[in-house]
Amino acid sequence: MELKDVTYTYSPGTVYEANAIEHINLKIDEGQFIGVIGHTGSGKSTLIQHFNGLMKPTSGQVLYEGEDIWAEGYDLRKLRSRVGLVFQYPEHQLFEIDVLTDVCFGPKNQGLSKEDAEERAREALKHVGVPEDLYRKSPFELSGGQKRRVAIAGVLAMNPKVLILDEPTAGLDPRGRDEILDQIKHLHEERGITILLVSHSMEDVARYAGRLIVMNDAHLVFDDTPREVFRHYRELEKMGLAAPQVTYIMHALKERGLDVDVNATTVEEARANILQALGKRTSRLETEDTEDKRIC
Amino acid sequence: MLRDITLGQYYPADSVIHRLDPRVKLVGTLVFLVSLFLFPGFSGYLLATFVLFSVIKLSKVPFKFMVKGMKAILFLLLITMGFNLFLTQGEPLVSFWIFTITKEGLYQALKMGIRLSYLVIGSSVMTLTTTPNQLTDGLEKGLSPLKKIHVPVHEIAMMMSIALRFIPILMEETDKIMKAQIARGADFESGNIFQRVKNMIPLLVPLFISAFRRANDLAMAMEARCYHGGEGRTQMKPLAYKKRDRIAYLLIFLYLAASIAWRIWGGALF
Repeated sequence: MELKDVTYTYSPGTVYEANAIEHINLKIDEGQFIGVIGHTGSGKSTLIQHFNGLMKPTSGQVLYEGEDIWAEGYDLRKLRSRVGLVFQYPEHQLFEIDVLTDVCFGPKNQGLSKEDAEERAREALKHVGVPEDLYRKSPFELSGGQKRRVAIAGVLAMNPKVLILDEPTAGLDPRGRDEILDQIKHLHEERGITILLVSHSMEDVARYAGRLIVMNDAHLVFDDTPREVFRHYRELEKMGLAAPQVTYIMHALKERGLDVDVNATTVEEARANILQALGKRTSRLETEDTEDKRIC
Repeated sequence: MLRDITLGQYYPADSVIHRLDPRVKLVGTLVFLVSLFLFPGFSGYLLATFVLFSVIKLSKVPFKFMVKGMKAILFLLLITMGFNLFLTQGEPLVSFWIFTITKEGLYQALKMGIRLSYLVIGSSVMTLTTTPNQLTDGLEKGLSPLKKIHVPVHEIAMMMSIALRFIPILMEETDKIMKAQIARGADFESGNIFQRVKNMIPLLVPLFISAFRRANDLAMAMEARCYHGGEGRTQMKPLAYKKRDRIAYLLIFLYLAASIAWRIWGGALF
């Protein structure tokens, strides 16, 4: 997937004219796990809607597997079954009488038979951890977290090669959040699906994504590994974003003289790092301690 | 596609029309709409055109915004004009195949065209220069005498302002759900009429559910702030007529009188 110098302008020719994204160049290879972060209104949502042709760029090209998706005669519906897009609060799009039928909606639109569609739906539901006894329930009887999973399964059942998720954890409790993100990671690892995860949470993208894209004010500002991106934490702050909290802790520790690696991005990494650094110091302290005693 | 409807979209500007009391604007719009049906012939529409364009000029709203609302009724306008043009009996002007255009038909079609477009533009002037809140305030105050005969004026005004407030929200929601379903392979564009109606289900069900959810949330939020209807409720900015409002009333009255006079004697004169 590739975006070439893509610009999208809202309400061109009126007083409300504004560029949602400007001159974006981006190449996404198969099998990557990419995090997209940016402030509200930075153009993240506009950006991701270009990948499956829901929005047409005002200028520039969108390529999928080398082909221009806006070329004449290009099959956009086929593209949309390859590139699955899960919107924010996807549970608001549920409409069928029961969970299984709702998840079947996508595969059926792809032209699959009823049996095949159900097969795919069951598989997708299993992947996101929806227990079988809920399949025949109305989607509106489920809890918020369960609804969210069903909606994600609805896109997953189309067997996309690329899955784009717009804040899939918004409004969920920490446990629901971790579960969904872990399942997405599993999908990435098991099926080799390319993942684009839009998120507000630096902790989440730092933990799961191998590549991080930062949007600010319609522009793409950083495109690198999380570790490299968080090195610019002062600049991120200026954009109204922030590095993960561990980055701050590590920097603070370093300033106080503890010899830690400031580039640790996850809590686990930081913990190991701090323990190591402390290990050095405690052993030194202990020797000092014993020396003190000797003086006494 | 859904953003073309101008009705209910306020255009902020600082003009004498914006500052007028909403009651004056309501009455003025009503009088203007009535006058369109009072004028017997084209001579009257000259006056209406003059008045309409002076008001637009005074309002400082770009003319583009006024005609935007026309897009929504373009289809209706063409059908109406077409029917009048071809189906009116009278003195034939041109005739081809099975169609005959008569002098009366042409006259009727033009008249209907002007009436319909001025109706829309006239009401757009009001909605573009008055915030929905002012509008409902104006309605509530203007209709308050009806409270004496137990018309729930406050409740009606409240319902109207809520409905207006929710139009853009629901449009945005429709857009969002539509996109989400298209991403799941839904098709809203092809097929015959029955298939199309059936294809709307994935859009309509979530839309209704979200509308009910929003209504429920709003009712709860209002109750949490002790809303209990209009009884004893005061306003932050109570409406009061100023000098400019009285002048405007006078002008509106003169315009109404002129159009009535036109109706009674104008047909014979022009």
